[in-house]
Amino acid sequence: MMRIDCPHCGQRAQAEFTYERTLDSIVTVEMAADEAMRRLYERTNPRGLDDELWRHSFGCRQWLVLRRHRTSHAIEAIATFDPAVHQ
Amino acid sequence: MSGPARIGGNDGASLGFTFDGVEYRARPGDTLAAALLANGIGRVARSFKYHRPRGIMAAGVEEPNALVTVGIGGRTEPNTRATDIFVYDGLVARSQNRWPSLAFDVGAINGLLAPFLAAGFYYKTFFGPPKRWMLYEKFIRKAAGLGPAPTEADPDHYEHRSAFCDLLVVGAGPAGIAAALTCARTGERVILVEQDRIVGGSALADGASPTADADTLRKAGVRLLTRTTASGLWDDNFVTLAERLTEPGQAPPPGHPAQRLWQIRAERIVLATGAFERPLTFAGNDRPGVMLSQAVRTYIHRFGVLPGQRVVIATNNDDAYATADAVAEAGGTVVAILDERAEFSDVAHAAKSRFQVHTNSLPLSTKGDAHHLKSVEADIWTERVTFDADLLAVSGGFTPAVHLHSQAGGALDWRADLQAFVPGASRQAVVSIGAAAGEVEPIAPPSTTPLAHPKSSFIDYQNDVTAADIDLAWREGYRSVEHVKRYTTLGMATDQGKTSNMAALARLAGAAGVDIPQAGLTRFRAPFTPLTLGAMAGPDAGGHIAPSRRLALHDRHMKLAPLWQPLGYWHRPRAYPLAGENLHQAAKREARAVRAAAGIVDVSTLAKFIVAGPDAAAFLELICATGIAKLAVGRGRYTIMLREDGMVMDDGTVWRLAETRYLLTSSTGGADRMEAHLSYVHRVLAPTLRVSIIPQQEQLAGIALAGPFATEILTGLIGAVPPAHMGLTNATLARVPVLILAASYSGERSFEVYAPGFEAGPVWDALEAAVRARGGYPYGLEALDSLRIEKGHVVIGAEAEGRTTADDLGMGRMQRKAGGFVGAQALSRPALSAPGRMQLVGVEAANPIPEGAMLIARDGAPVEGHVTSSTARVLGDGSVALALLANGRERIGETILASSPTRGRQVRVTITDPVFYDPDGARYRD
Repeated sequence: MMRIDCPHCGQRAQAEFTYERTLDSIVTVEMAADEAMRRLYERTNPRGLDDELWRHSFGCRQWLVLRRHRTSHAIEAIATFDPAVHQ
Repeated sequence: MSGPARIGGNDGASLGFTFDGVEYRARPGDTLAAALLANGIGRVARSFKYHRPRGIMAAGVEEPNALVTVGIGGRTEPNTRATDIFVYDGLVARSQNRWPSLAFDVGAINGLLAPFLAAGFYYKTFFGPPKRWMLYEKFIRKAAGLGPAPTEADPDHYEHRSAFCDLLVVGAGPAGIAAALTCARTGERVILVEQDRIVGGSALADGASPTADADTLRKAGVRLLTRTTASGLWDDNFVTLAERLTEPGQAPPPGHPAQRLWQIRAERIVLATGAFERPLTFAGNDRPGVMLSQAVRTYIHRFGVLPGQRVVIATNNDDAYATADAVAEAGGTVVAILDERAEFSDVAHAAKSRFQVHTNSLPLSTKGDAHHLKSVEADIWTERVTFDADLLAVSGGFTPAVHLHSQAGGALDWRADLQAFVPGASRQAVVSIGAAAGEVEPIAPPSTTPLAHPKSSFIDYQNDVTAADIDLAWREGYRSVEHVKRYTTLGMATDQGKTSNMAALARLAGAAGVDIPQAGLTRFRAPFTPLTLGAMAGPDAGGHIAPSRRLALHDRHMKLAPLWQPLGYWHRPRAYPLAGENLHQAAKREARAVRAAAGIVDVSTLAKFIVAGPDAAAFLELICATGIAKLAVGRGRYTIMLREDGMVMDDGTVWRLAETRYLLTSSTGGADRMEAHLSYVHRVLAPTLRVSIIPQQEQLAGIALAGPFATEILTGLIGAVPPAHMGLTNATLARVPVLILAASYSGERSFEVYAPGFEAGPVWDALEAAVRARGGYPYGLEALDSLRIEKGHVVIGAEAEGRTTADDLGMGRMQRKAGGFVGAQALSRPALSAPGRMQLVGVEAANPIPEGAMLIARDGAPVEGHVTSSTARVLGDGSVALALLANGRERIGETILASSPTRGRQVRVTITDPVFYDPDGARYRD
């Protein structure tokens, strides 16, 4: 079980968090249909670092962005989701 | 005298135990394996596939052969290693995989069938004609197997605990003790775990005293957990430990758990897990009386048991010479030492004066009866020599226990001098020390002499995989070690190949003509040793298997002695039977009362959210596919929410309580998902919207009052005219402020009355009394379901099952054409409007329609749909059901078969519109 360093709550067990999706698969209602479907069904799934959206569901309930290595699980950076930065 | 025996007699054996029904004595501190040897028992098991007699090979958890079933009744624990259970008074142990007895086993005839049970037998059978498998299956299931699982409930309870520490040390051998003491003395929080009952590790095999005892360690501040196995090492130094507080099959003291599963987060981890000795590969190397060299030493030094009187030692390293000395000191005879190395090492040279030492020599085969070893044939400088012996101690080198290091993502480096992998770079704060790090005896380079009898030379003892099986897999084209593993079942037994993996890799590499590192290595996976299901479940068993959520009105329902139905974590009344009624009768009476008079039902579990703020309507338009903006204050509307792929996620109602304040309801089962969805849409997709979302599921209790008398009853209770259909009002009922929503799920005039949970009791009481006064009843989920099916209302999870669009449900036109809601973009996908989609229809028949039945034109025809919900008609006879059917809406009026092979029932049904009752809503519209 990973340990995730929540910017609001400190180091907590992964069980407190819920994985949502990668940042590149966020679909806003303004997006064109083909762009929306591309984001949902043609994700990159890199063998390496990716930016992921998580929620500290059983803690502060904030939405967080983890820059995480998908084979080693190492978390390189973590921040509160900020639409100005992350979208 | 021959065979194993206690040195100097079995004195001090104060514990009684039984093995296969015979009573024996053991000394305190004996493992079952030690006690069996002390009583002269060499053969304790039959092998997995060929039912060959097997004895005790090791002295620790790596034991592949000596699996027994211990305990009785619900405490029965099959497949327990005799080397990993300490005898307690009254221990009951039984051998496994034999019939009718260990001595006379019919299954041993499998040995004669060995040519047919070679590697890949299962695969070949599966790919052959199906009839062949049908023929073999019964035979295989009976013949191959381990101990059967107990059928009685486990009477014990189990604990889960968590802990944190600065340093976790795994293994209390010399290296682990030193590491734990050093760090504890600097004031760090140190946890030391040892799977054995006492500390000492390899020192116990050598007859040396541990460098520190348990008291010393504890006084130094070390938290010592014995009989505790580090089972898995996961991300970020997270370790699971399995602690045995009692031995397998033993009753714990009253109130104490049998086992404890620890979850430890350690800042740093030191792995002092030692090394496993490897056996040698030769014909008959699985016979009782063939034992690992260090195990022989352990039985002598730690348990005072000499596993054999006339001992041949076969080795490729210096370590086994210590075993020769131990045997001699214990009064045994060392017949010969067969050293694979061509030159005398210093240790071998020194031993020449005491023992007959042969260099360049190998064991070739063994002879013996079902119980004991009789002789060993050896190759000494290419000459064949036979020695009379009842014990063959073997040492094929040492494999560092790198399991946890590897589980933690650490790399493995190859050491040719050890012919083993050692820990390489760690990914986490994990360090291996001592034997686990490769500080073990180097061995001779691997022999190039071909095996004389590969078919009886065992590599994986527990799964009966021979050298010939690996050769066969190679010949049949299996190149990847992962494939060979699955094809031959190598390393897939309960011991996970602890003693066999390296020999197998060497054999495979030999066939491929490559070095072992190039042959590859299978993954090490948790658990390190088998974990019981009880330990994994911990306290989450019986009534605690899931959290239990009670309604605010739970006590009110209890007084009516309902039948309960779990719904998610909630417990809701299913029906309120009167004396003599069964569920079906009660539900029918309750539903009829709603149609004819009145009823009340607890609807508190519905998900409810207050959505408030200047942009509340804009936010709800993102969530809901239906129109929101035009909803007037004081009015409500049915709504559906879509997933991003365009399928229906949930349904519910939206109510405009005030200009910028809405109440959103949605399904009970989807409450948590809806909460997350609302938060996601707000925080991620539309963070600029000024809106607050407040979950109210548990705050507000809800009671639905339904039936032709509902208006009259409510008017009497609130002293005002209730709202019209889909209207709302605030009122006082039984002196409690309530919110009244006029919505109908049952198809009758209906009002949902909401009050804060803690004040809902008097509201229920007043409603119940008024309803009963008019000949009505409280009703449960069963009646509710009948009423809504008749009315054609869908349920999320039944009709909207994740592949259904709003259009499939006949609600396509409710969706806003302009889009702008989650899931709108996906609706343009061609497949969503292609012909052949499963559409909601009704089906009716005179007889009951089985729920879940498939819809087919005739027997054997393709499945065209299925029945999603079914009920008997509330009023009148016959049954009605909802179904999803390909092109269903075009097929109304046709007949089709509803077939349920699992229930052996088939009913001819007529396809209809999904609304069976009051299609125009005349009963509740104003």
